[in-house]
Amino acid sequence: MTTNTTVLDVKNLWVSYATDDGALNTVRNVTMKIARGEIYGLVGESGSGKTTLARALVRYLPRNGSISSGSISLGGVDLLALSQRELRKVWGARVTMVHQDPSKAINPSIPVGDQIAEMARTHLGMSRAQAKNKALEMLEKVQLPDPESVAARYPHQLSGGMLQRILIATALTTNPQFLIMDEPTTALDVTTEAVILDLVRDLLREYETAVLYITHNLGVVARICDRVGVMYAGELMEEGNIQQVFKQNYHPYTLGLLGCVPRIDASKHDIDLHTIPGHIPRPNALPDGCIFAPRCAMAEDACRKERPSLTEISDGHFTACRRWSEVADNIHIIAKDKSEEEEIDMSEIPLLLDARNIEKQFKVRRSGLSNIFAWKPDIVRAVDNMSIRVRKGATMGIVGESGCGKTTFARCIAGFESATSGDIFLNGEALPYSIKDRSKSTLKKIQLVFQNPDASLNPQHPVGQSVGRPLALLGNVLQSEIDQRVRELFEAVNLPADYVHRLPHELSGGEKQRVAIARAFAANPELMILDEPISSLDVSVQASLMNLLAELQKEKGVSYLFISHDLAAVRHLSDWIAVVYLGRIWEIGSAQDVFSPPYHPYTEALLSAIPIPDPNIHQERIRLQGSVPSAVNIPSGCRFHTRCPRKIGAICETESPTWQNVNRFHSICCHIPLEELNKLQAPITVEEREQP
Amino acid sequence: MIAYILRRLGMILLTLLAASIIIFSVTQLLPGDVAQVILGQFATPEAVANLRAELGLDRPIVVQYFDWLIRFIQGDWGTSMVSRMEVRPMVMARLRNSLMLASVAILMYVPLGILLGVISAIKEDGMADQLISGISMAFAGLPEFVTGLLLIGLLAVSFDFLPANSSIEPDTPFREAFQYLILPAITVSLTSLGYISRMTRSSTIDVLRSDYTRAADMKGLPRWQVLTKHVLRNSLLPTVTVVALGIGWLIGGLIVTESVFGYPGIGRLLVYSIQRRDVISIQAISMVIVTIYSFSNLIADILYGILNPRIRLGG
Amino acid sequence: MQSAQPAKPVPASRMARAFKRLRRYPATLFGFAVVGIFFLMAIFGPMVAPYKFSDQKLINKLKPASAEHLFGTDQFGRDIFSRILTGSRDVFSIAGSGTVLAVLLGLTLGLLSGYLGGMADEFLMRLMDVLLSIPPLLLAMIILGTVGPSRLNIVLVVGFLYIPMVSRVVRSVVLDIKTREFVEAAKMRGESNFYILFREILPNVLPPLAVEASMRFSYSIFLVASLGFLGLGVQPPSPDWGMMVSEGRTWFNLAPWVLLYPAGTIALLVVGVAFMSDGLRRMLLPGGVSN
Repeated sequence: MTTNTTVLDVKNLWVSYATDDGALNTVRNVTMKIARGEIYGLVGESGSGKTTLARALVRYLPRNGSISSGSISLGGVDLLALSQRELRKVWGARVTMVHQDPSKAINPSIPVGDQIAEMARTHLGMSRAQAKNKALEMLEKVQLPDPESVAARYPHQLSGGMLQRILIATALTTNPQFLIMDEPTTALDVTTEAVILDLVRDLLREYETAVLYITHNLGVVARICDRVGVMYAGELMEEGNIQQVFKQNYHPYTLGLLGCVPRIDASKHDIDLHTIPGHIPRPNALPDGCIFAPRCAMAEDACRKERPSLTEISDGHFTACRRWSEVADNIHIIAKDKSEEEEIDMSEIPLLLDARNIEKQFKVRRSGLSNIFAWKPDIVRAVDNMSIRVRKGATMGIVGESGCGKTTFARCIAGFESATSGDIFLNGEALPYSIKDRSKSTLKKIQLVFQNPDASLNPQHPVGQSVGRPLALLGNVLQSEIDQRVRELFEAVNLPADYVHRLPHELSGGEKQRVAIARAFAANPELMILDEPISSLDVSVQASLMNLLAELQKEKGVSYLFISHDLAAVRHLSDWIAVVYLGRIWEIGSAQDVFSPPYHPYTEALLSAIPIPDPNIHQERIRLQGSVPSAVNIPSGCRFHTRCPRKIGAICETESPTWQNVNRFHSICCHIPLEELNKLQAPITVEEREQP
Repeated sequence: MIAYILRRLGMILLTLLAASIIIFSVTQLLPGDVAQVILGQFATPEAVANLRAELGLDRPIVVQYFDWLIRFIQGDWGTSMVSRMEVRPMVMARLRNSLMLASVAILMYVPLGILLGVISAIKEDGMADQLISGISMAFAGLPEFVTGLLLIGLLAVSFDFLPANSSIEPDTPFREAFQYLILPAITVSLTSLGYISRMTRSSTIDVLRSDYTRAADMKGLPRWQVLTKHVLRNSLLPTVTVVALGIGWLIGGLIVTESVFGYPGIGRLLVYSIQRRDVISIQAISMVIVTIYSFSNLIADILYGILNPRIRLGG
Repeated sequence: MQSAQPAKPVPASRMARAFKRLRRYPATLFGFAVVGIFFLMAIFGPMVAPYKFSDQKLINKLKPASAEHLFGTDQFGRDIFSRILTGSRDVFSIAGSGTVLAVLLGLTLGLLSGYLGGMADEFLMRLMDVLLSIPPLLLAMIILGTVGPSRLNIVLVVGFLYIPMVSRVVRSVVLDIKTREFVEAAKMRGESNFYILFREILPNVLPPLAVEASMRFSYSIFLVASLGFLGLGVQPPSPDWGMMVSEGRTWFNLAPWVLLYPAGTIALLVVGVAFMSDGLRRMLLPGGVSN
């Protein structure tokens, strides 16, 4: 399928921004080619310059940005020589873009069909009627049901997955030579992401477009790209085809990134995740030698003296590392096997938290003009009878997609939301629903780490004060000792002690999250609720935080209730896992059991959707159609039946399934008998086609 | 949509009711007795008492309020304590003049303000933007009596270009009144112009920075089409509300401007009535102004609802 | 995505950077300078004025600017420059106290309304809606027209009129802040409402409040001057700027300076405050919070 016609040819591209601190060269000396029908994955962490590069390629930079040197040729046309007017004829016709957040990238006040049609009218010279038909044809191409009605709708009436299909349809309308996709699935749920990725892969095969696919997710790259460029601090570190980069990499940064990603076949007991210490350097404070040297485990003196350039090592495989030949020998830097830990009989460990039959309902008055006379408010059953037990010193992971009620459940346990009904026992003692009714000694026992590090620290308080306050309030610590204890806590979360005087805006996202963890530990809690604590962070930062959490748990014997949509992260940190869909648990058990068959069909779909950063892993292709029903109108019978790929018949629509026990700790709530599930389902990973 | 309008209407009627209580009670604070004021200092106590009874001033204040409110709604706005004339025709004639002036002003400053705001936004932080923002902020800050008098000095007195005094007969037809409206209208406009252009600028900048504007650019649509179809359609939406909120400002401007130019509008009548302590007129004028202000906000809300698909179609 | 981003700059440079950015906006510097000069004038003006504001010399009436009378004299032969100097104190003290009053009350109501929520919030906000349904100048005129325009009354009216605007700004910030996770973290460790309101929320309200206050100050000067012009300002013989303009109208053809100097002074001050407030917004709310 990949032909050798080069569509995009970039040579020695430099991009700089004029700022108050002078010119910042955010992209330096990038050379790349993308051929017809090829999907080129550009990976990098935030600050790597990948989005700047993408915008420079189409000459659509912010006002203070400019291309300082280099050349860009698109299908033989020198883009840098074009006038603004000529450039607009290229945009949309020969190059198009799919943006990250579909809910923001579509004009909210124009019906979506018109927004596709205007592409056809502008570039294909179609009449109004022809363009309308073209739009319908494109909507059909991206497999949207009932294109006529979708075309007439406004963005706010459509789901994120549907909007992303519309953006893809728009981008392909003119059959462009070159398509840029900027994190197109990052804002979507994992099952929706999987469906969209399948669609993208199939469509691009058909259209033979050259694609630049920008992402931070190595798993997504492994799933759909042909070639990969790894970007770091504005430069390409390594480039090659998927097999070369994932299986034989020649750069320690790539190796490190791969080691940061938690694996679904190993947990915190088996391995520590790799971490990359330090920060990406600012473009105006680059080290003299290799820009990665200060963070590189393999760096030697020569690395710090001279900056290596991107060199071709073997056919199409480039690296910017002097010691590329030794990278493979250093594989141990990412695989830190832990000595086999003793198997513990889990039933012997006493219970810490026992939450039974928790329900939480919200009354919602419908918005919108047509609903003003609907006096009776709708009832949203956010959490509908969930029971969970957390054992001392263990981690219970709750996994589910956005809107499934996992966060509401956690907030009920924490007492921010008062549960509608149910019982919460901590150490066998019943807890009041609301935080206001809980005693100080109870408050001290449950602490929470929030998702968004920017909002979790008061921007006006020095971070040391934020950590010291719970000590003074809950820790019975003398005022004179607080400073000392704060410094100890900072040390425990690997932050320099002199950070105590800094304000949150002077810290990076990962550092803020460390402060938030230190603050939670300051109260010396028994149960820590971790609500998506790492999901807004880069992979390397995620890895170091997960290691930190695992380490602190071992040291302090605290229990975690870990809420996340990221199955790999949940697998890594958790001893127990509960899978949640529409306010209810469908499968619960030890981490290992939940991740091996038999699974609940929903778990199976989730697992098959995880992007795994290994091109040779074969995953069962189980996809969920449609979107999650609203928690106001919960489907009858088994509430998963509307999307279940293994639905067996009318019983699923009419009767609620009951729990079946796989073993003492592993249960599944499904109508399909366990033997049947066992027969139908295979382990999700496996089948390496070739050994590296 | 109809339900939405009805609900907004209900809210506005409640607000108006509360505003009428404020207006009525504030004007009742007036020291001295209305009857005394009407009859003058030398009236006999009996005559005052008789008039009080006649005017119903001896009844409890709450009764007086409801009596006043019901009469007002029925169109019986009372008799001026100064001129001894029916208040309603007098207020209505002046109101017509004020509306004339306001319309001319709105036709000047709304399109111009939007235009300047959009230009400013497109040239964000450039010379044109700094110039427009600076000048419009300066004008927005200048009280109307300052700009009005400067304009008179500049255009009317120095160049004898337009009439400096606009004290026309209250019932002058629009065609003849027009030349007298120009200077006052410019005066009122200058203040509101800055307000409209600043708000338009900020909403347009927000939209220009949005992902969907970038997406529209990347579609290769001509720049003017990106601006008209994608940017302005969204960025001018809040301007509808901004214009309506600015009406409150405009009313204040009218009161001052009409005094500067001697223009026979409702604002000048208000100043005059306050100077003469003509409570009956003050109450009627205040109620008229508040009603107009509230309804212009209602109209803006409805327009906004019609233009915004999120509200029109519900979420 | 967060965090593998470059290390943040050191704290000390924060203010320096703010000022560096400011230099690109000469209007802001102008605003700060003007307000500073007028502030000094309000304090020392009456002491250094060459004449007493009420000294009349009828033979000297309606004289143009000269070395003796910097801005000329008015219809009673009073020195206009001295009158403006002396009048600045009233403008600053009345508009200033009115603003402070509005900010204090608006802050209190906004904090309560935003933090308590529920019925209290609903009630307070509807009350504010009612006040906002009457154009400010109209309300000021009918109140001052009935109770009489003493200094105290004007201050009270200005303060009263701007409570709704201030409290709305404060409330919206409180509503935003109180759902932030750091407030939940404070609840999680059992902090009192008092602590949460004053130690966690209030510090975050202050920057937008400062910007709002400076804007209110500019509107207050505007309002006080307009009231003066309409005869509802500080009463004679005190030299009220608005009233000086109003009186000067009679002599406009003969002696335009009687009107132009006070009008120009008002213009300069109001524009200066507006520019200063715009600059404060740039410095304190770099993210850009619009009203």
